[in-house]
Amino acid sequence: MSSQPSTDAAAPARKSAPSASRGPSVPPASRRGGILLHPVFWLTLVFAGLMIAVPLHGNNVALREDLVLVAVAIILASNLNLMIGYTGYVNFGHIVFYGLGGYVGLYLATVRHWNLVLAALAAGVSVSLLALLFGVGILRLRGAYFALATIGVLVAVHSFVSNFDPFGRSEGMYVSFDSYAPLGGPMRALWITYFLVIAVMALSMILSLAIKKSKFGLGLFAIREDEGAAVVLGINARVFKAVIYSLSAFLPAVAGALMFYKNGMIDPSIAFEYMLSLEGIVMLMLGGQGTVVGAALGGGLYERLRSYLLTSPRLSNFHLVIAGGLLLLVVLFAPGGLIGWLYRLAPRAQRVIE
Amino acid sequence: MIDGLLIGSVYGLAAMGLSLIWGVMDVINLTHGAVIALGMFGMYILFTALHVNAYLLLLPIIAMGLVFGTLVYWTSVHWVIGRPQLSSLLSTFAVNMIIIGAGTAIWSTSPYNVNFSVPGFTVGLYTFTGNHMAAAAAAVIIALALELFLYRTRPGKAIRAVADNREAAELMGISSTTVLALAFAIGIALAAASGALVSTLFPFTILSGGAYQLKSFVVTVLAGLGRPLGALAAGLLLGLLEGAVTPFIAVSWIPLIEFGLFVIVLVVFPKGIFAKATA
Repeated sequence: MSSQPSTDAAAPARKSAPSASRGPSVPPASRRGGILLHPVFWLTLVFAGLMIAVPLHGNNVALREDLVLVAVAIILASNLNLMIGYTGYVNFGHIVFYGLGGYVGLYLATVRHWNLVLAALAAGVSVSLLALLFGVGILRLRGAYFALATIGVLVAVHSFVSNFDPFGRSEGMYVSFDSYAPLGGPMRALWITYFLVIAVMALSMILSLAIKKSKFGLGLFAIREDEGAAVVLGINARVFKAVIYSLSAFLPAVAGALMFYKNGMIDPSIAFEYMLSLEGIVMLMLGGQGTVVGAALGGGLYERLRSYLLTSPRLSNFHLVIAGGLLLLVVLFAPGGLIGWLYRLAPRAQRVIE
Repeated sequence: MIDGLLIGSVYGLAAMGLSLIWGVMDVINLTHGAVIALGMFGMYILFTALHVNAYLLLLPIIAMGLVFGTLVYWTSVHWVIGRPQLSSLLSTFAVNMIIIGAGTAIWSTSPYNVNFSVPGFTVGLYTFTGNHMAAAAAAVIIALALELFLYRTRPGKAIRAVADNREAAELMGISSTTVLALAFAIGIALAAASGALVSTLFPFTILSGGAYQLKSFVVTVLAGLGRPLGALAAGLLLGLLEGAVTPFIAVSWIPLIEFGLFVIVLVVFPKGIFAKATA
């Protein structure tokens, strides 16, 4: 399966990979100043700033609740992109990290009374370590076998948590009202968690950019194109894959801790919602896998579309049908997604938009 | 234990469809679970409308499965044959989403059941439930029919030829596209038939197919990609295993065990999995 280039679905991104490996054609700015001088970096900061400033202006809580879902979609899609887009390994169970992070974070914040930020970070670290452990096992599998195993990870974690006493088994856990006290009451706590989620969103995009611009990222792209050849060229594929799998777990877990704390409750069927995991893939394919902006764009657009469909009385039952149809069309006719389409229209855009 | 063995034959039947498509066209069909669920609802609709023997209804369900499979092949699978596995995974998965989404909209996710029972009989202390016996018998008959088809008829031999070496088969004058479409249609029909059989045993929802999809993966990996009877044997093994462990642990742990088995089998017996990659 990997004797051929492993993802022609990402044709445009493939074009960009070799151009990045030819030393001189990389814009000198991005070499010297690192990612700090990259336009996408600034784009991310401006975007995050807007996400904070607009709902804060006039204390618009309804808008905040819409935007927080957009931010979560971007976080999930961006980190999923590290696996699917960069490394060429489909992860059907990415939501596991988000849900587990939520569980660990909620447990630490409410049962153990940890500080929220500390609890979220601890959730991120512990879920990453767990992912490393899983990764060592299932990353021995390649291609489709790996993808199947990730469905298994989701099912297995779901059934484990449903039977695990400290996490409330299938009833889940609730955040007691006084847990919000350290942050100055529920009203302020919700705003603070919102800012933190936006920060995680910005970090996700910056992390994607930083990895894409690094040697590590080049190694991942090499694995995606031809794992056998990459190994021959001296890339330690096993370590690279384990690290990226674990890394792709960190920020979703932090976001999960924040979001479930904000929502006030968690149970296995919400935390490990298979459909959300799958929709993450739709987001990524829609925007353009392998690109930083594409993942974010796909995440944001898809989330808005989904909210629209879910609230529309006539279409709410069919949102999965529409999502599936969209995915099918993208896979069959526009494997590069929106960004791939942009690249084809304006090839120079590849220099600026990663 | 014996119930486990009988259900296992249905698992085997479900896995045969997956294994056929996987082996012949190197496509992992993620619509499998959704089609199993469609088979269940097909049986439900036909049975409530016609009130005839449920096992007779298997024939129209298989026929519909063939038609539906051909349709899915031409709309979504044909275009990604020869593209990397990622594409076919995602396209079949998109079809899965469409089916599940439409099914949820029509039937919601509440449980349904088919009220049809075959009288059982008792041997010594053990009572054989009629439905389980009949379902197992039907599964075995279908498996044998598939085996005969693949090894004794021309189109069956063409399917095996394409599975072995597509280029060579084309040089021998076999139209590989027709063969692939046929193999896909048969695989889908088998999934639908197994769903129909399951619907006579347990209540089901539109999401029930997912569990059988996971079981099919485990069975396929256990059996390797090969003869239908191998899948049947591996299905029996899985059913036996489930029957043996359920008295001791909660049912909600079963997916964990099956998944563990799946990964362990793949990691310990990677033959054929790494064969192409390490070239």
